[in-house]
Amino acid sequence: MTAPTSPASDNPTAMSGAAILVEGLIEQGVEFVFGYPGGAVLPIYDELFGDERIRHILVRHEAGAAHAAEGYARATGKPGVVLVTSGPGATNAITGIADAWMDSIPMVVITGQVPTALIGTDAFQEADTIGITRHCTKHNYLVKDPADLAATIKEAFLIATTGRPGPVVIDIPKNVQIAVPSERRALVRAGAHRYAPQTVAPAEHIIEAVEMIAQAERPIFYTGGGVINSGPEASALLRRLQDITGAPVTSTLMGLGAFPSTHPDWLGMLGMHGTYEANMAMNKCDVMVCIGARFDDRVTGRLDAFSPDSKKIHIDIDRSSINKTVPVDLGILGDCGTVLGQMIEAWGSRQAKNLGEWKARIAGWRARECLAYPERSTKNPGMIMPQKAVERLHALTHQRKPIITTEVGQHQMWAAQYFGFEDPNKWLTSGGLGTMGYGLPAAIGAQLGHPDALVIDIAGEASIQMNIQELGTASQYRLPVKIFILNNEYMGMVRQWQELTYESRYSNSYSDSLPDFVKLAEAYGWKGIRITEERELDDGIMRMLDHPGPVIVDCLVAQDANCLPMIPSGAAHTDMLLYGDKVDGTMDDEAKALV
Amino acid sequence: MPMKIAEAASERHVLAVTVDNEPGILAKITGLFTARGYNIDSLTVADITEDHAVSRITIVTNGPPSVIDQIEAQLERLVPVHKVTDLTTAGPHVERELALIKVAGVGEKRVEALRLADIFRARPVDTTTESFIFEITGPPDKVDSFIALMRELGLVEVGRTGIVGMMRGAQGA
Repeated sequence: MTAPTSPASDNPTAMSGAAILVEGLIEQGVEFVFGYPGGAVLPIYDELFGDERIRHILVRHEAGAAHAAEGYARATGKPGVVLVTSGPGATNAITGIADAWMDSIPMVVITGQVPTALIGTDAFQEADTIGITRHCTKHNYLVKDPADLAATIKEAFLIATTGRPGPVVIDIPKNVQIAVPSERRALVRAGAHRYAPQTVAPAEHIIEAVEMIAQAERPIFYTGGGVINSGPEASALLRRLQDITGAPVTSTLMGLGAFPSTHPDWLGMLGMHGTYEANMAMNKCDVMVCIGARFDDRVTGRLDAFSPDSKKIHIDIDRSSINKTVPVDLGILGDCGTVLGQMIEAWGSRQAKNLGEWKARIAGWRARECLAYPERSTKNPGMIMPQKAVERLHALTHQRKPIITTEVGQHQMWAAQYFGFEDPNKWLTSGGLGTMGYGLPAAIGAQLGHPDALVIDIAGEASIQMNIQELGTASQYRLPVKIFILNNEYMGMVRQWQELTYESRYSNSYSDSLPDFVKLAEAYGWKGIRITEERELDDGIMRMLDHPGPVIVDCLVAQDANCLPMIPSGAAHTDMLLYGDKVDGTMDDEAKALV
Repeated sequence: MPMKIAEAASERHVLAVTVDNEPGILAKITGLFTARGYNIDSLTVADITEDHAVSRITIVTNGPPSVIDQIEAQLERLVPVHKVTDLTTAGPHVERELALIKVAGVGEKRVEALRLADIFRARPVDTTTESFIFEITGPPDKVDSFIALMRELGLVEVGRTGIVGMMRGAQGA
């Protein structure tokens, strides 16, 4: 099968595998490659040397490369590209690949591999990258013949960016990078039977859906990351469809920004830490239109009590998401943006039903003011409430339309609850996999994609340490990212669950031996700011904004604040815990076993 | 309190899956079944086109209808998969399996084994004075019945191919 190859020196115009790869990336419009060199990718790195067309961003750890590529992808809508070496280079990138898989982020990961003759011999820095990434990629390739490389790259980008987006790995043995193929094969396995995602929905499904929405007395739109992935046009169409139908809108964590948080029909996020009104409306609606979301367990709560009396429509580009956990009455296979456009057209000049009664019930639920948190902490009455810190951060920055990234935990949920988003691609967070350490590298990727934007990583003091080494990356490329740490000296979400479930036995959830984040910032050439009291809060945020370079803000917050409202694991939408409810105790084993 | 495990009646389904014959595709498919907790009762695979570019995989699985639907959707999601046909729901179809069955014995048992083989149209493909290897082809329940009979007559070992299936009539899957 191997095509005849010859050393590059025999024919100076012929291209090596490494050169073909770089050309292929340029053809795909790649601006940035996030990577880290090593033995098995040296030929590719030599090819990148002095090439002005692609900018290589040297991270400090391969996990950072993958998350930075994710951040770039989510902020720009373009695929993120990662380049890492074999063995540990590839395995370090796995968490980011798995994260992109769960959150449907377009990404192409180039991994070096030991020479083909050594594959399977336990060679130095050998890992079965294809085997390891098989179930956390949309597709993966081991390219054993340089003649296949050009076509493989093309297909990899096509697969990563179309249909339901996702990560694709191309594993390239070192000898394939060096070899000069005498021909370039189009992929033998091309053709529509191989890969052809359906984007346009059948007309009869559209008509049925429009009819169901038009008849509904208590409709709701439940939107997800699919609307963001479909492009900014999909968000515009969602707003248009909402406008003509009048249906209230809630969204998953991944879908925030598709619908403006200042709109009167915005219900807030739904699910475990969603608003009371969103979850109650989901429970009591008669027609639910799920648009590019996937009925995740964090969204549905207890499945047998999930929206028991509604007809459900599910629009998704991935057939396997439809009827996976929640059976629906009408599954519509297609791209969110395209289908929304089809529905608007089919709606035509219909008049929306009067939803006054439904809106009044929603207003009643809103009146519970589920996000109203206690003014003062019981344990630390003098300290800033973390919710307050996020509210002030929003108030002082929202006019600049910032891009917000987060790590994972309480701070992430507070950011989702109290930082309102008006536009898509401004909210970058690890939803499905829940990866601590995502936010800083994602902010780096987002900042590179939008050099003039204000990019803030809202972090916790525990999460930020998981990829803290990437401070150096931001310093090297002069990226003015801001890190705003809500420092409560606890892995707060772990501590909250220990209170709920394990009678406040705080097993290993205290953040002991924390670094001095201000000094740490300074050590990396960043500015460090510490905020300890509420009267310093606005000033601290303004100083962060006024500094032209990167800043860490170490904002000390009340240690005992919990993230509410909350649907405890195994409970129904109607069984939310609200501020003021007792949140410590224990649970039965069935509830404990749920994640 | 013991954990509740969802239970719905399990159904047996035969899936015919055509795929690009590329490295790793079998691992992708079997790994998908393992990772998502689906069952494989049998799986057969061989390339079926002149240029060896396409393979046909026949998978016998079982699960509640919702799980079967997920299995098909998850299989279709794999890039190298061309088509998944659920032969069980698609209509009348033929299922065949081949088995090699070694039986050792002398005297009356040996004669009886040969006689039963004749009834089942199983063919001896190897013979010693004290053993046979029978080759039998048929639907899986026929193979099961023959093996059950041989168990009493000196069964030594069994090799089965697993099932291949095909729709009846002129239409392809």
